[in-house]
Amino acid sequence: MSSRRARALADLGERLLARERAAVAPALNLVDDRRPEARKEAAALLAALEEKTLLGGARRIGLTGAPGAGKSTLLGALVQRFRSRDQTVGVIAVDPSSQRTGGALLGDRMRVRSGSADPGVFIRSLAARDQLGGLAEAARASVTIVAAAFDVVLVETVGVGQSEGEVADLVDTLVYVAQPGAGDLLQFMKAGILELPDVVAVNKADLGPMAERTANELMAGAGMGERTTEWVPPVVLVSAQEGTGLDELEAALESHLESLGPNGLQERRRRGRDAGVRVSLERRYGSHGLAAWGGHAKLEARLAEAQDHSGFALAEALGQEIESALRGGGSDL
Amino acid sequence: MNDPARPERDRPWVFRTYSGHSSAEASNTLYRSNLAKGQTGLSVAFDLPTQTGYDSDHPLARGEVGKVGVPIGHIDDMEVLFREIPLDQMNTSMTINATAAWLLALYVATAERQGVTADQLRGTTQNDLIKEYLSRGTYVFPPEPSMRLISDMVAHSVTAIPKWNPVNICSYHLQEAGATPVQEIAYAMANAIAVLDAVKARDDVSDEVLPEVFARISFFLNAGIRFVEEICKGRAMTELWDELGRDRYGVTDPKQRRFRYGVQVNSLGLTEAQPENNVIRIVLEALGVTFSKKARCRALQLPAWNEALGLPRPWDQQWSLRIQQILAYETDLLEYPDLLDGSHVVEAKVEELKKAAQEELERVLAMGGAVAAVENAYMKQRLVESHTARLRAIESGELPIVGVNTYTETEPSPLVGDDDSSILKVDAAAEREQIERLNAFRAKRNDADVKAALQGLHDALSNGENVMPPSVRAAHAGVTGGEWADTLRELFGEYRAPTGVVARESQVADEATQQVRKRVRALGEKLGRPLKILVGKPGLDGHSNGAEQIAVKARDVGMEVVYDGIRLTPAEIVQSARDEGVHVIGLSILSGSHLVLVLDVLAGLKNEGIDVPVIVGGIIPEEDAESLREAGIQRVYTPKDFNLTRIMDEVVDVVEASAGVG
Ligand code: B12
Ligand SMILES: Nc1nc2c(ncn2[C@@H]2O[C@H](COP(=O)(O)OP(=O)(O)OP(=O)(O)O)[C@@H](O)[C@H]2O)c(=O)[nH]1
Ligand SMILES: [Mg+2]
Repeated sequence: MSSRRARALADLGERLLARERAAVAPALNLVDDRRPEARKEAAALLAALEEKTLLGGARRIGLTGAPGAGKSTLLGALVQRFRSRDQTVGVIAVDPSSQRTGGALLGDRMRVRSGSADPGVFIRSLAARDQLGGLAEAARASVTIVAAAFDVVLVETVGVGQSEGEVADLVDTLVYVAQPGAGDLLQFMKAGILELPDVVAVNKADLGPMAERTANELMAGAGMGERTTEWVPPVVLVSAQEGTGLDELEAALESHLESLGPNGLQERRRRGRDAGVRVSLERRYGSHGLAAWGGHAKLEARLAEAQDHSGFALAEALGQEIESALRGGGSDL
Repeated sequence: MNDPARPERDRPWVFRTYSGHSSAEASNTLYRSNLAKGQTGLSVAFDLPTQTGYDSDHPLARGEVGKVGVPIGHIDDMEVLFREIPLDQMNTSMTINATAAWLLALYVATAERQGVTADQLRGTTQNDLIKEYLSRGTYVFPPEPSMRLISDMVAHSVTAIPKWNPVNICSYHLQEAGATPVQEIAYAMANAIAVLDAVKARDDVSDEVLPEVFARISFFLNAGIRFVEEICKGRAMTELWDELGRDRYGVTDPKQRRFRYGVQVNSLGLTEAQPENNVIRIVLEALGVTFSKKARCRALQLPAWNEALGLPRPWDQQWSLRIQQILAYETDLLEYPDLLDGSHVVEAKVEELKKAAQEELERVLAMGGAVAAVENAYMKQRLVESHTARLRAIESGELPIVGVNTYTETEPSPLVGDDDSSILKVDAAAEREQIERLNAFRAKRNDADVKAALQGLHDALSNGENVMPPSVRAAHAGVTGGEWADTLRELFGEYRAPTGVVARESQVADEATQQVRKRVRALGEKLGRPLKILVGKPGLDGHSNGAEQIAVKARDVGMEVVYDGIRLTPAEIVQSARDEGVHVIGLSILSGSHLVLVLDVLAGLKNEGIDVPVIVGGIIPEEDAESLREAGIQRVYTPKDFNLTRIMDEVVDVVEASAGVG
């Protein structure tokens, strides 16, 4: 990296932390760039940013749920509410449907007509690329960028199996958007829906009693999932389209944040960070590579040591260690 | 006609010409000259601001006022539009949907000013919102309030304007968006069921009135070039409607179960290349909906030979009117009873269509009916798929289009000069003048009356009362269309319909497509990330076909495509392009407002310091294409560029050149 590049990069980081909107898109382009030189620059930028924002920065909320549940519509409605309180919003819309050709259609992102190009709202969509785990990494990088520059970050993704867990690791509060009549309790349990989300929003309440029935099913099951905390996910009936139930939904988001408390929030961010480092190293070096270096136990120890530091920085540093271990540098430095 | 040489003839269908432009004044002159030429009914084309509920001076109306139709902002405009046209004698069809209640209110108020009462009025408000979400794109409100407005108008007019067709269920626009005959039939029936069920559920519509309601539902069909199949489609729908009335709604009087429909023949298949051939297509298609007496249309309007070039001039429309008159008055078509009764071939085809359509209809009903199948994008996705298949067949040559993908050698056409003079040019001053008239109207009205009328509208709607009476009062009080629509927007909210373009990639990829894929992938590697394109539709233009198919093809060649549907502002497009980090922007504009909108986008990009190449497609006359290229547009595409694979190959060229990585 030339010193001019390095300065420009440091500058980009500063501009993001100064919340300069025009810096966000170039930063996202950079962290999306696969060329080796760009990878290095991106890692440096992300590490610098996350050092400052890991335990602070934007409020991060995830929206997940079945296709067509109304995530985008609900997202649009939430955006309007945040905007009416003058909070800026960055949206990362993740499309996990992977394509053989690499082609992707990123559409129907905002379902609520805004009619104006509001500088307080930023939307970037992210398509699945070829590699496993690649999307989670890309999403983490993107969230880190927008979290530096906006008050609130919203992440939308279709809930397909593992991706929910990945989103849960990116956000402070995960909302599961359910459709009326989407299934009975047993199906929800099977799908693991009762475990991850912090808040359940049963959307399309305007469709009538079916929505209430679904909400009741979910409420009955709410505390039943295996959880590490006391928090029982509230079930809220909303209509994203008609704008009903949104006060309740926001109250639920708030109380989840309160229930976490400052320590809980930091804990959650650290956990997310740890997951990110694990995914990143596993993807790059495989379990074999990790084992050659010292394996998971060592990784966990290193994560704990560096607890308030950037996961991106850590992943870079550990990556170098692993590489040298793989080159035959031995496993105990 | 009792001339022994000329046997008893059937009365011909109503001859119409879909028209309107610039101003109420200019359109009134046009209507009167059309009527003088033997046209027997009026078909009003409104401009896009009127259709989407914006006053002419609204920022979103910029470039669109008086372009593709007549701007009608208030009662004075409506009065001028029908000056010296006695409304008690006229049969007027209005292509109006989201704001249908408002335009009908203006029509009723204008009639009252002429001394004509509502019960004398004959005509049609299109008022079919389902097909707006699926194809036509001038919806405003979400589906539920839209269905409520429709059913309000049905409930009101069945007693107050009994000769009016309050809703015209349209399958026309579905075929224009790519629908197969089976889809056209099935979705039109699903749509009609949604409307009828909504009306049936009302407290103010008794079971005794329901048969009359059923009788008031009319249809608007398309007729494509496969005219034998189209004849059968008309017969199939006639039978299905009859059965539906009898079995689902218990209508006992067969007269009330008659399938009444108007037609505009297919325009999607009318070509830019060798445009004179379109006349032959139009004739054959007109035959398709008039040939079989049993399923003959009630009203017909024909597009013009220069359909794919731009707006028709009065002479072009006259030529199409003459087609109808020759068919009705010179040929012996109207002298015979049904010519196809007893044909086994026709019967079998009708049965086949009915069966397939019924299956598709059942599918839609099973998912909750037409409204649900709009919201979950089922129908829209099917239409986009059908259209993709159609374009692929044209590209491969499997579907021959004379003059386009076969028999392309031609003499220069004397009908088209080199100077774009073969289309109607709307006077550039029309927008400014309309805004001046609007301001003058606002200045002279009584503000207190207007305020009270709007409050009355608001209160009536929130109390669940019928939209029509307070709208007629608002029309008289001097409310404008923008004010009326804003009141409803505030109550009902706005809506964006699903785009129907899905992430799932198409199965087949021919050799040429695979070649482009390779180039896209290689370029993505050079750029560091996959080639990303924004397909944008600026302005009020609802023509989404081209944008959808470009988006689908771009996906199929491996690009990441951002497409958010119709009706975005230039500023929104500029912002999306930056936020999404795209490598190229493709704008699609068919409404004729390309100069204003494209330049707005370019200015916005420049302002924001965004250096991304822009290409444009749509109905762009060559003169304008030249100006756009001068302004910095990299490529301009028009309907004659039917080879989507080649277009994508050129998109790669454009990005390569702009990124300097060729
Ligand atoms: C189909 C059609 C419709 C359908 C649209 C359905 C839909 N969802 O798209 C329906 C019936 C709904 C419709 C309605 C109207 N229509 Co219309 N319609 C047409 C028609 C017949 C074909 C357009 C089409 O879809 N072609 C197929 C697609 C695939 O082709 P395409 O869009 O041209 O795209 C090709 C190229 O242009 C290029 N391209 C286009 N966009 C882009 C973008 C990029 C990035 C690239 C690379 C390339 C590219 O590539 C494509 C491949 O070949 C044209 C006339 C004609 N034959 O062209 C009139 C036409 C466009 N309509 C017209 C009008 C006036 C209307 C109305 C406004 C009438 C009214 N007053 O209400 C309405 C309202 C619509 C609205 N909301 O805006 C006029 C426009 C006049 C003008 N420009 O001056 C036309 C030209 C007809 C005419 N001569 O009067 N219409
Ligand atoms: N009746 C009703 N429909 C809704 C509501 N919210 C969303 N919809 C409709 O449901 C459909 C899907 O909405 P989206 O917001 O695109 O759903 P999504 O979950 O983002 O969909 P994907 O991103 O495709 O998975 C659209 O037609 C919406 O109009 C609601 O509250 N009530
Ligand atoms: Mg969505």
